[in-house]
Amino acid sequence: MPPLEEESPSLRAPSLSPRLRGEGRGEGQPQSPTPVQAPAPHPSPLPAEAGREDQSALAPAGEPDPEGPIWQAGAFRRNTWSRWDGEAALPDGPVILPKARWLAERDRLAGRNALLGLQIEPGEPIDDIAADLPRFALIALNFPKFSDGRAFSTARLLREKHGFAGELRAVGNVLSDLLAFMRRVGFDTFEVTHPPTRRALAEGRIREVKLYYQPTGADAPTDGTRPWLRRHAD
Amino acid sequence: MYRYDEFDAEFVRQRVAQFRDQVARRLAGELTEDEFKPLRLRNGVYLQLHAYMLRIAIPYGTLAPRQLRKLAHIARTYDRGTGHFTTRQNLQFNWPRLSDIPDILDELADVEMHAIQTSGNCIRNVTADHFAGAAADEVADPRPYAEIIRQWSSLHPEFSWLPRKFKIGVTAAEHDRAAIQTHDIGLHLKRLSDGRLGFAVWVGGGQGRSPFLAKLIRDNLPEADLLSYLEAVLRVYNLYGRRDNIYKARIKILVHEVGAEAFAAQVEDEWRHIRDGALKLPPAEIDRIDAYFAPPPFDTKPPAAALRMPDRAFDRWVTRNTHAHKQPGYAIVTISLKPIGGIPGDASAEQMDAIADLAERYSFDEVRVSHEQNLVLPHVRLGDLWAVYSALKAIGLAEGNAGLVTDIIACPGLDYCALANARSIPIAQRISERLSARQDEIGDLKIKISGCINACGHHHVGHIGILGVEKRGEELYQLLLGGSGAEDAALATIAGPGFGPEGIVDAVEKVVDTYLELRAGPQEPFLAAYRRLGATPFKDALYAAA
Repeated sequence: MPPLEEESPSLRAPSLSPRLRGEGRGEGQPQSPTPVQAPAPHPSPLPAEAGREDQSALAPAGEPDPEGPIWQAGAFRRNTWSRWDGEAALPDGPVILPKARWLAERDRLAGRNALLGLQIEPGEPIDDIAADLPRFALIALNFPKFSDGRAFSTARLLREKHGFAGELRAVGNVLSDLLAFMRRVGFDTFEVTHPPTRRALAEGRIREVKLYYQPTGADAPTDGTRPWLRRHAD
Repeated sequence: MYRYDEFDAEFVRQRVAQFRDQVARRLAGELTEDEFKPLRLRNGVYLQLHAYMLRIAIPYGTLAPRQLRKLAHIARTYDRGTGHFTTRQNLQFNWPRLSDIPDILDELADVEMHAIQTSGNCIRNVTADHFAGAAADEVADPRPYAEIIRQWSSLHPEFSWLPRKFKIGVTAAEHDRAAIQTHDIGLHLKRLSDGRLGFAVWVGGGQGRSPFLAKLIRDNLPEADLLSYLEAVLRVYNLYGRRDNIYKARIKILVHEVGAEAFAAQVEDEWRHIRDGALKLPPAEIDRIDAYFAPPPFDTKPPAAALRMPDRAFDRWVTRNTHAHKQPGYAIVTISLKPIGGIPGDASAEQMDAIADLAERYSFDEVRVSHEQNLVLPHVRLGDLWAVYSALKAIGLAEGNAGLVTDIIACPGLDYCALANARSIPIAQRISERLSARQDEIGDLKIKISGCINACGHHHVGHIGILGVEKRGEELYQLLLGGSGAEDAALATIAGPGFGPEGIVDAVEKVVDTYLELRAGPQEPFLAAYRRLGATPFKDALYAAA
């Protein structure tokens, strides 16, 4: 078997700007030159279009490191983000906050220069912070149990309803049998701690079904004989 | 019927290859049983009391003869010569070896079949009216929509880890043969007020420990919006369905707790954002799928047929086991898999082969599986009924008991199932033997038996339901009365204290005797009499002497 990401060439591109990410989610399809600007099924309600792109375009990928926790663009990498729960002092550099912390400290963090990330737990709504989403370069969705699939819906809502174009990271129980589904609903980075999954990824040993019957993502096709179907790259 | 194109075929092959790899890793000890379990369940493989069990999907219950022959071949080669048709219109093999299962799945793929999503907390095999495409009372064939749903739901990335399993049933007739009100989503295809086809959408039905009938949440869904609306329902369920308690995780509990109106409003809100998106079904696409289900080339002037032969058993069989066809000169034939004293839903490899022959010769290459665990030849010329009957008689499947008291639904129960608390099959066999002599006199009466609260035997919607439980190490059977899974759906109520394995057969007979004594006449079937009389006379008969 080829490595997991072989069929997703654009995910190996050095730059992970959201413009390119649109291509990454349209594997195997002829791409229009500006896929992200293709009309989405429902336009993003967000006002600050420019602000969002400024933030998310800056998200840096970590250096490749076989021991690194983050699977991104076909390699394990160091994590450039730290988590901040509000107890200790606010660290320098990119931080990921729980939603409650963001709501409590929104004003204080508003003028911060370093990148902000947000972690959403299963069951936490996102509609109430829709206007804030452009301020985050990264949103991490937690999978506390592998059988809890709520984050799959949250991911699609972030991408397709709210037009979130930053980095979408899966954390928690990120297991080999979930990865393909995660990518299809919009995740592009994965914090992988499960040893067998790490081994399988490193050795390119994950078998998956590469044909899809459902469109997901804002770049869903609108032509062809089965509009809800699209083919993954072989 | 639907035929795979290259895409479908490759999809199934890739899935088999993926599972073959998982099985190899399990057999090599690289995967623990705990790690393997969710993987095998997604492919229909259960670990039962004595062996692995493989549940094969028969989408909306439609089979071609070559598929039925393949199932017969698998029964002979990899099992003990028998298959078991289930209330989900599926087929189960009870004795496959794990190491053989990838080969079985490859053999199935040869005939466009699979076992995908026959288990697990995902969208299960879609069921439909087993008379679809043939019944005189349907507005259109519901199977093209079921096929569209099958494709959309196959390995859906968002809905593969739902709180609990999810069942969708489709019917297109006012007389509901698909029991849609007991499904997580029941779809009723009908003419909308503008004359176009669309759906009434019922949500939140289900049996199990806490039974609920579905609620109507939308009465006029245009067909073009089918998938986007389903996606909205599934998304609301995936986000808000309970995950804290496996017994409260079905959508029925969510709908019950928030109320049907509030649930419907949530769905509408979600749907608003996606209804004009990529899931909108273009008419050309519906037509393309519809074409696969085009009516067969019926003989428009079939020769006059003698429906009555000098054979009483044939007369009975015609009366009970044939149903009105939309095409004059044809009938729908039910092949009862309930011979007196037999195992409900079982068919031997030889019987499957013979039925495949009959379908080729007399039914335009079609066989159906009913959720009542029978098979159906949907398109038989009236003039061929005698020949079909005679051939069925030769394989022991000519019992004219469709819908009668011996046409019993029963789950596999404690004879096979790891979840069961009590046996179901022997109870069904004894009731069948006890009442067979009087079944014509008794008339329409549906008995449904489950061996545990999971209710695979649909006891909640039996006219007479039987639930096996375990009490202090003994099998105990609760008796329920007055349920229905049809358009007049109702949940049965428990009659009183339970009975032992012998006593339950006597109790059923007592209920039947009470009905015969009190009915307004032979034209008043059991359910109507029960609804008129109430439970009291039946309870009195059951418990007065005790």
